[in-house]
Amino acid sequence: MPTRRQIFETRQRRRANLIAAGSTLAVVLAIVLLVPLAPGWDRVQRSFFNGEVFAKTFPGLLEAFLLDIAIFAWCAPLIAALGLAVAIARDLRTPALYPVKLAAILYTDIFRGLPVILVIYLIGFGIPGLGLPRPWNSPYIWGSLALILVYAAYVAEVIRSGIESIHESQRAAALSLGLSTSDSMRFVILPQAIRRVVPANMNLFIALQKDVALLSFIGPVEIFRQAGVYKSLLANFTPYVGAALIFLAITIPATRYADHLMNRQRKARS
Amino acid sequence: MKLMTFTALACGLAGAALAQDDCAAGKTLTDGVLTIATGNPAYYPWVLDDAPESGKGFEAAVAYALAEEMGFTADQVTWVRTSFDQSIQPGAKNFDVNLQQFSITEEREKIVDFSDPYYSSAMAVLTTQSVVDGGAQPTVASLKTLLWGADANTTAVPMLMDLIGPDKQPMLYDDNVDVTAAMQAGQIDAALFDLPTALYLSAVVVENGTILGQFPPERSDNPDQFGLLMEEGSPLKTCVNEALAALKDSGKLAEIEAEWLQDATGVPVIE
Repeated sequence: MPTRRQIFETRQRRRANLIAAGSTLAVVLAIVLLVPLAPGWDRVQRSFFNGEVFAKTFPGLLEAFLLDIAIFAWCAPLIAALGLAVAIARDLRTPALYPVKLAAILYTDIFRGLPVILVIYLIGFGIPGLGLPRPWNSPYIWGSLALILVYAAYVAEVIRSGIESIHESQRAAALSLGLSTSDSMRFVILPQAIRRVVPANMNLFIALQKDVALLSFIGPVEIFRQAGVYKSLLANFTPYVGAALIFLAITIPATRYADHLMNRQRKARS
Repeated sequence: MKLMTFTALACGLAGAALAQDDCAAGKTLTDGVLTIATGNPAYYPWVLDDAPESGKGFEAAVAYALAEEMGFTADQVTWVRTSFDQSIQPGAKNFDVNLQQFSITEEREKIVDFSDPYYSSAMAVLTTQSVVDGGAQPTVASLKTLLWGADANTTAVPMLMDLIGPDKQPMLYDDNVDVTAAMQAGQIDAALFDLPTALYLSAVVVENGTILGQFPPERSDNPDQFGLLMEEGSPLKTCVNEALAALKDSGKLAEIEAEWLQDATGVPVIE
């Protein structure tokens, strides 16, 4: 039996939902009805939302998207591993290992500070230009390395923030139980730290999923490049819209999932 | 009011003083001025030193000859720069005509207007000496086995697929510079360009660059013809075409071509 307060709150919520739905509908209707009234709408529609072009190019785009997925699939685990290693290196407290720590700091500073596209050009064209034989000069290898280097720097910083969020007393307790420093990191600190930063890392991987398209600058014909080819041949931007839809189909669920994880975490903590 | 009088006056003066061709009068963006767009940057040999105002380079020279034919003096020509994307975007254009080696295709004609062709280009295979030493021949069978690259924004992509049909998926790049960088890095063996561009790249840009062969401009499959791009339904189109026809008839166009574009009969034709 719900209390009077609960009944009142349910009614309030329903009212709020109705108003929200009504105002959303009004805005959507206004957009749908008003935008086509703009004098240039015909041309915009023909250039960006052309059904004929869309149908013609969409299958090719989907096929090209497989390459994006493949690049993402082989980059993501390497980014996670390198990011973790760098984060641990930044947390080293042994004086003799200070050079390693310094290198890790320099690495994150440099690669977080550079535009991804510059790193891709520099590594993707620069290193093969040194005269490597095939297949070791492949843009897939070096372009992926560029992505890995940039994203691992971000992931390292996120993991480091996780490590630092674990109270110092945990470390002290682990050491007093007789665990070595590496064991206390491995069994006590990291399991808690990583769990805390999962949502933040999810966001990074969503961003990575979009940035994979940047590899097209050095040759691979992935979805963005394929859309560009269609655009150029048909003098029409609709293929980009098709590519955007494919990206959204992946990123929106992923973003929602990250939000869901974050909410759950907040509830668990409070 | 002042402005209007001034404009009217200016038009009157321009009309009277220069006997502007009736065809183009009042059809340009700015009265009495022909606004021509080219690429950013514009490449040799189409435009020399990225300075179309000098009239040097094939397209720059064609532009001024065309303007003259249409009744504009050199002073009445202004240049703007557009990327490919800017030239095809919907909405008002900031140029009257745009020439930057736009290939005329049926699909593109649906969105923008093209003039009649002012140049028919051979397509040439740019490669490096080491690839030739490695046994590459100017035959389609041999070319199929190479690792190909091309500028993604050009019709070289479908031509590559149709004329050669490489065994491996070609690599595509944003511009000539990236294609040559990839070639220099050994990531691609060969790239397909229009012949004048390929000649320039092989001579100046690519170290040990060489032209393996050409598909001549008279080929019936996939001819590559350059046209001036205009806004769809541009009233200038007929004037431009008339002027182009006049330039062709008088032999002026051929003259410009001979002056700025290298004779390429020495390049072997691909079987």
